[in-house]
Amino acid sequence: MAVPIDNNLTKPTPPSSTLRFAFGNVLAFFILLLIGVLAFSIRLFSVIKYESVIHEFDPYFNYRVTQFLTKNGIYDFWNWFDDRTWYPLGRVIGGTVYPGLTLTAGTIWKVLQSLNIPLSVETVCVFTAPVFSAFASWAAYLLTKEVKGTGAGLTAAVLLAMVPSYISRSVAGSYDNEAVAIFALIFTFYLYVKTLNTGSLFYATLNSIAYFYMVCSWGGYTFIINLIPMHVLLCIVTGRYSSRLYIAYAPLVVLGTLLAALVPVVGFNAVMTSEHFASFLVFIVIHVVALAYYIKGMLSPKMFKVAATLVVSVGLVVCCAVVAVLVAVVASSPTKGWSGRSLSLLDPLRLALGWSRALDLPVPGQRHSRLAPSVPGYKTQYQAVKKTYASKYIPIIASVSEHQPPTWPSYFMDLNVLAFLVPAGIIACFSPLSDASSFVILYLVMSVYFSGVMVRLMLVLAPAACIMSGIALSEAFDVFTRSIKFYISNLSESLQIDAGDTVPGNNVSPPSDVLKNDKKEDMLKERPSRKNKKKEKENIEKPSVKSKTEKRPLVLPVEASFFALFLTVLLGGFYVVHSVWAAAEAYSAPSIVLTSHSHDGLHVFDDFREAYAWLSHNTEVDDKVASWWDYGYQTTAMANRTVIVDNNTWNNTHIATVGTAMSSPEKAAWEIFNSLDVKYVLVVFGGLVGYPSDDINKFLWMVRIGGGVFPHIKEPDYLRDGQYRIDSQATPTMLNSLMYKLSYFRFVETDGGKGYDRVRRTEIGRKHFKLTHFEEVFTTHHWMVRIYKLKPQKNRIRGKTKKSKSKTSYTTTPRSGTVKKNPWH
Amino acid sequence: MMSRFRLDLLVLLVFALHFAPSLSDLVISKLDRRIDLTSQIVRVTLTLKVENTGTDPVSEVSLTFPEHQANNLALLVAVSTEGKGKSRGAATNLPIKIKQPNDSPASLIWYAASLPKELGKGESLNLDVLAVFTHVLRPFPEKITQAESQLFLFQDSAHFASPYDVKIQSLTVKLPSENVESYTKLEKTKFSGSEIKYGPYENLPAFSYSPVIVHFPSNKPFVVAKELVREIEISHWGNVQVTEHYNIIHGGAQSTGEFSRLDFQARPHVRGASAVRNLIAMLPPRAHSIYYRDAIGNISTSNIYGDSSKTLLEIEPRYPMFGGWKTSFTIGYGLPLQDCLFQLGGTRFLNITFGSPMNDVVLPEGSRDISVSVPFPVKQSQVTTFSHLDIAGRPTVVVEKVNVVPEHNQYFQVHYKFSNLSLLTEPLMLIFGFFSVFVACIIYMHADFTISKSSASYLAKLQWDEVQGTIQQLQDIINRCLLIHDKLEASLRELSRTGDVQACKAVRKSADNLLKDLSKELKPLLAILQSSPQAAHVLPKVEELVVKERDLQEKIMLKHTMVVDSYEKKSGGRDLENRVASIQQKISALKQEVDDLVEFIEDI
Repeated sequence: MAVPIDNNLTKPTPPSSTLRFAFGNVLAFFILLLIGVLAFSIRLFSVIKYESVIHEFDPYFNYRVTQFLTKNGIYDFWNWFDDRTWYPLGRVIGGTVYPGLTLTAGTIWKVLQSLNIPLSVETVCVFTAPVFSAFASWAAYLLTKEVKGTGAGLTAAVLLAMVPSYISRSVAGSYDNEAVAIFALIFTFYLYVKTLNTGSLFYATLNSIAYFYMVCSWGGYTFIINLIPMHVLLCIVTGRYSSRLYIAYAPLVVLGTLLAALVPVVGFNAVMTSEHFASFLVFIVIHVVALAYYIKGMLSPKMFKVAATLVVSVGLVVCCAVVAVLVAVVASSPTKGWSGRSLSLLDPLRLALGWSRALDLPVPGQRHSRLAPSVPGYKTQYQAVKKTYASKYIPIIASVSEHQPPTWPSYFMDLNVLAFLVPAGIIACFSPLSDASSFVILYLVMSVYFSGVMVRLMLVLAPAACIMSGIALSEAFDVFTRSIKFYISNLSESLQIDAGDTVPGNNVSPPSDVLKNDKKEDMLKERPSRKNKKKEKENIEKPSVKSKTEKRPLVLPVEASFFALFLTVLLGGFYVVHSVWAAAEAYSAPSIVLTSHSHDGLHVFDDFREAYAWLSHNTEVDDKVASWWDYGYQTTAMANRTVIVDNNTWNNTHIATVGTAMSSPEKAAWEIFNSLDVKYVLVVFGGLVGYPSDDINKFLWMVRIGGGVFPHIKEPDYLRDGQYRIDSQATPTMLNSLMYKLSYFRFVETDGGKGYDRVRRTEIGRKHFKLTHFEEVFTTHHWMVRIYKLKPQKNRIRGKTKKSKSKTSYTTTPRSGTVKKNPWH
Repeated sequence: MMSRFRLDLLVLLVFALHFAPSLSDLVISKLDRRIDLTSQIVRVTLTLKVENTGTDPVSEVSLTFPEHQANNLALLVAVSTEGKGKSRGAATNLPIKIKQPNDSPASLIWYAASLPKELGKGESLNLDVLAVFTHVLRPFPEKITQAESQLFLFQDSAHFASPYDVKIQSLTVKLPSENVESYTKLEKTKFSGSEIKYGPYENLPAFSYSPVIVHFPSNKPFVVAKELVREIEISHWGNVQVTEHYNIIHGGAQSTGEFSRLDFQARPHVRGASAVRNLIAMLPPRAHSIYYRDAIGNISTSNIYGDSSKTLLEIEPRYPMFGGWKTSFTIGYGLPLQDCLFQLGGTRFLNITFGSPMNDVVLPEGSRDISVSVPFPVKQSQVTTFSHLDIAGRPTVVVEKVNVVPEHNQYFQVHYKFSNLSLLTEPLMLIFGFFSVFVACIIYMHADFTISKSSASYLAKLQWDEVQGTIQQLQDIINRCLLIHDKLEASLRELSRTGDVQACKAVRKSADNLLKDLSKELKPLLAILQSSPQAAHVLPKVEELVVKERDLQEKIMLKHTMVVDSYEKKSGGRDLENRVASIQQKISALKQEVDDLVEFIEDI
């Protein structure tokens, strides 16, 4: 009789249609199951092409935390003070991480363990992201179903299951917060919309819990706590206030804030920082509005008008006073957050700063190393950022490639055809506009704005784009198939009439069927708004009836609809092909193993792990390893050695210290490192094999960040006429810096005296030099990682015999004259 | 280091001189000793001819080794061969046990080999003894740089420290290469090729001692597995999974100073001669699914060669291993079940090589009567491990032995009983689990979990559900009526096209019947609604709808009759058209109203 529409499910229906519904439900269930399988398996390319291993930088930290959690239990986890990082400061891990991901994986592991399924923690961590992306597509189904019905829901779920933007962060092994957070985000939105549609306190409570999970998982929860108030405000302004809206919002703010404050990393921030103020403001507004509606119901219209003028005039005065007090309080508060932060909504970079702070962990060169094979010219990423940003604001944020605004190609890369389908989806959401569809539109608009600020936030846009495109595709399919059905039924009708068939009820039913579908769909769309007020309902019912009557001719010519159907399917096909390509080629490289294809087959560069394995097996447990902060997480996780700085970047001065050491001449660097108890220095060098995201390419950022705190490091000293170069034209400061020396030590001997750097495509400037204060202890097979040891301080020598300094066993290399050459002044 | 060895030797010598009783009347008439220093494992082969010169028959032959060697003794095998010369009889393995006489010098360890049959007076016997030592080579100097090559010290006595008098004896030391740094020169010492030969010496008393030190270069891999655990898991579904966890160290001279990759790559044999580049693991012939990884993932440097008799896995550690460098990794592979599991009567037994100091044999859940037979003494214990979906756990036999050398790589057997039915436990468990989940779902969907069944709101809800159901049915009926109306209209159009009056009448008749049926069906539903208090607020609308619909019905019927009649009588004309038009107006007005009402009711 009708397409299964779940709203009717509860009603007892004639047996035939029950069967239909049941069939439709089972079909939808299996489609969802397959979508889950698709979402999971498309992310397994990384395991199949490479191996089951944790990827990149941040995931290693999360993996390490999960290992700690599974080994030591939850209480030790909360109290964990990590002395293996940020030496000598340490880091309070329990209070500074978003624990959602770790707890999730830890719980999964526990459950499996209790079932005697012997999966290692690593395996669980590797596959958490794919599993949660299946959940995310199911959540997208639920959300879209609430907005536009089952068909749109299924389409959106399929699209989300393979949207490249989300794949980029959730391939197997990419064990990062975003993997679970996107699911939590969509699910929270679903529960909000569900509450809005049903007005059920049950869903409102669930919504708060889902929000709590989101707060646990990702700093991006501020997006939710700002978006939902915005939508509530929108509803109030457009006169769509209802008790359902109140139920959807008020419990979320109260319960949600209480729960959020339970997460150590958020704590009192949930009530004290400006990101949350919008929700409280709207909380007040919705109560005022609720009161107004209540009074309006009690008073006669005339009385109400009088009362309204009275209240408004008094209220204005009070408001002015309150605002004045608030401004004063905020201005005098230590954070000074408000005035600055509110500006951040308008200034993209400030916003980026806010976001990156919210997201906690700036990740260096992540995108960058990932896209390595496919994006030409990306190697200059560390320098490409406009200098104004870098010098004006904290360079550490600007140095991270994924904090840059995206380019148009990246929209196409990450969303593909969705970018074109989204506008159609918006139009579909406007006919008719319900509370739910207005929420989706708002979500889309906000996320488009944010994604324009930072590449990383493309991830928030992806679900919105999928939902919109799902709606658009589903509507399009609806129109085309309806036209075709109409045509076919006409055809069969005429045929039957020709044959003189008089069986009643058969030949006329299809068109009416179609008609009824339309009606029902209209009903569905209209439902929330209709329940508002009787008056409004009448108003909307009229157009809907009209639309129904208009829909009768709203059938396209059959040829056109066939053709359009074909094109739509083709479009979908392109999307699938692109997504699979992106999953297989662009986003599945784990970045700790690099491969290159040459004429004699696959070549594997496994240098990072070689170096980390060497460190972990052949150095003392308590040795400190200094490297640029990019490699901090990996060193602690893979080599289990104490590092000075890591990817958490919470202490700019500490990073600047390491940056300064790297940019200083050997002796000064030795002194800095020695004062930090450092025993080994690790540098990444790509010059031999042409690995572009090495330390020399990041060096300018070390100089900038170091110079930001220690003014004796000056960026111009390292630039020749504003150009960064390492060839013979390079400045002496550059050629004497520790980074240069450690990278190119004895490099010239590899190719017979030329010293040709394959990344910079030039001969290096200073070819023959010796190291005085450092000694090479390990270099990996392709020279990508070089580890140096600090030489112990020399014995103090009295008198003239400067050369006879070798009482220690370390002075095996002859180094006569190097002291004189030492450029330290 | 050197001086300490010397001291040891001196002490030994002193003891040896003081202690010279002849244990029994045995005399070794000929002793030939070969020491193989080509690898890190020192293999000493003794060929001796024992003669009983006394009167009492002798059942044991004692072999003595200095303590510092005996502590590192990994294997001692004595084989006796009867007869002489070329017509030697079958070799028999002699059982050997430690038997320390009370009056022995402290630095000697005695091993007694029991002879298969007592040696009578004047009889003689040929003995072949293989002693395998580990860790008796000392790197000297202990620390070298990357460029230097490893030198080892080996010290022993030129005379075999036998408790018996030896008539003729000689010693041959085989070195890995022709280079030697230094060696002790005694009388009758000859150095040729890569062999140093001492002797023959004649008529030496028991416990005679003459220290020999050989200092020689060797760059053979000096890999020591500090820890090696092998886990053998039997699955009766057809696979034996072997997992070996290695924790190895380069036991040679410690590397010191810089490691330069440049030197290592440019002149690998000069700079880095002592480094361990790769290891070869010999796996059973049909090993499959081989992996090689460590804690941080797959190690991509490995190669597999194989033929029908073996599979060779050439593994390269992540980095070349210099002296003192450590690493750890895991190798795993699967073996077809039929290759190593056999059935013997009611029991099954696993037949697999020893190959590791610690073997954990994980038997399937439900195995009974477990026994192990190993050709040499080992430490055994039994634990329970839990794996996929186990309830009782899998019995695991742990077989341990310290100081394992390649000679130990012999087959050993684990016997156990296992019923094939136990195989089905886990699948059945899964099936049952899923089944109960589905049953639970079905029960949940069909059961009513309301807490209070008598509360007013619950009853009201039930009633409301009923009302909704009724209205749904009612609506359905109305819709069908509307369909019939449509059909009537269609038949009229048909009439105007074809002029087939009879067909049209037939349509009307059937429609009439149907409508009557439907209105009959309608009545009880209306009655229900009227009786229900919950339906009070919708009832007027519903009734209105029913009335309007009936009105519409009549009008349409009327129109139909009129038009058909006019066709029949061929009495068309303006008059009829006017009448029809007026009815049509009413019909469309009614239709609109009915539609509105239907819409409203649908909304309930």
